[in-house]
Amino acid sequence: MMQREVSDRVHPAKLTVEGVTKRFQSGSGEVHALDDISLEVGEREFLCLVGPSGCGKSTLLDIMAGLTKADSGRVLADGVPIEGPGPQRMVMFQQEALFPWLTAHGNVMFGLKLKRDLSRGRRRELAAEYLALVGLEAFSRGNVHELSGGMKQRVALARALAPDPKVLLMDEPFAALDAMTRDQLYGDIQRIWTQRGKTIVFVTHDVREAVCLGDRVLLMSPRPGRIVREFKVPLPRPRDINSPALAELAAEIAVALRDCGQSIP
Amino acid sequence: MKRLGRIVLFFGALILIWALAVASGRWSAVILPSPESVAEYLWGATLDGSLIEATEVTVRRLLVGYFIGVAIGLPIGLFMSRSQFLEDTLGSLALGLQTLPSVCWVPLALIWFGQSEFAMLFVVVMGTVGSVVIATDHGARSIPPIFARAARTMGSEGFHQWTRVILPASLPFLVSGMKQGWAFAWRSLMAAEIYVTILTGFGLGHLLHYGRELNAMEQVIGVMLVIVVIGLLADRVLFSPWERFMHRRWGTDVRQS
Repeated sequence: MMQREVSDRVHPAKLTVEGVTKRFQSGSGEVHALDDISLEVGEREFLCLVGPSGCGKSTLLDIMAGLTKADSGRVLADGVPIEGPGPQRMVMFQQEALFPWLTAHGNVMFGLKLKRDLSRGRRRELAAEYLALVGLEAFSRGNVHELSGGMKQRVALARALAPDPKVLLMDEPFAALDAMTRDQLYGDIQRIWTQRGKTIVFVTHDVREAVCLGDRVLLMSPRPGRIVREFKVPLPRPRDINSPALAELAAEIAVALRDCGQSIP
Repeated sequence: MKRLGRIVLFFGALILIWALAVASGRWSAVILPSPESVAEYLWGATLDGSLIEATEVTVRRLLVGYFIGVAIGLPIGLFMSRSQFLEDTLGSLALGLQTLPSVCWVPLALIWFGQSEFAMLFVVVMGTVGSVVIATDHGARSIPPIFARAARTMGSEGFHQWTRVILPASLPFLVSGMKQGWAFAWRSLMAAEIYVTILTGFGLGHLLHYGRELNAMEQVIGVMLVIVVIGLLADRVLFSPWERFMHRRWGTDVRQS
């Protein structure tokens, strides 16, 4: 049954970013957040964007989601320009974005209820299926405040995956969690990504996290935000964040990251 | 059961102290009627229907006025939270009106609508609207922007977002605003009923007023008791379910932590 469902699923999308530029007005003057960014994310690719805080990586993710408009340039999903946010591209945020007035189940149902073509029974089935996928079937009636930080992000992951988006955009979703919970979630997200075949863009400032998860790691430099280097991660999956091979590549990227950080005037 | 016992004991003691004060004979019955005479009045007025009728009249005015007030105030508050222009204009007006004790509307209401039901409704509505507008506006502005962002990425826009995200997210503010609106409406209605005779219906305030005119203190105190009980019941029926829901979902009940 699982096999058949996978083939039913939507095709993951290809994302193309073309010459995206973004400036903000802030108290200390104009911030050149993104400068002529172009990149491509392949179907089913797991792409990580790494950079120091303030390099515009979250802004870039927001633009890919359609939550923020670029000053110039555009983002295409399968060749179609993105005009606004939509359920084809789900976002998982760093901050807690679960709705406290709903249960865990209710949160997962929120996105499903916005899909008109599903029957009520099918929605319930899917919600249960995705809560089980993140290992929280026992907490489906739980209130958000009763869940731990890691459980909350698991529910958020289930909520983002349940409507079956073509693309999953993740903005430092594990940054606020403790190391042990994070390690577990690295395993979970790799397993789910392998099973469900999504295109994922994952933003982080943690190089090891990026190497653990990404097929490719793009390094961004701040002010103006630019993509300065690209690293392919040829390591086999599932990857263990504590493995020496991973640490070696991460160290190499960390050096490059430090260099680009020093180039700030 | 233990809690109920404590409550019964507490009120029993209060009535006992009252009865003892009456028994001491220091005050005449016109100043301090006995608990029995108040009970007798309540019983008699219930049997002859005057108390029930007055309660019906008052509660109807209150509920109708209150719900009109909420129905007006809620959308205005929501729109205000999204527009700086409305905030600067209607917002200041609502704040000003809220500081005005709503019984101050009575003279105007009498001139505009005469001694009619409409005048009573008007006073209740004016008492409710300000609080509801301000609480809704404040609540909708206090929602973490991340909720709306998350909702948008899931395809929730416009009316769906208002009703499924912004309203429930501001529920804690809404409930306290509605409680305040309710309190203002209740107080203004009582003041209005005591202050003016409305020809179309005799409310609890009128019973209270005529109790004083007739020097029937047992009636005054009896009606006051009914007013208190209605206030308590309204709190239990209208607001407690929401508050329990909120405490459970948001985890804000201090007694549990």
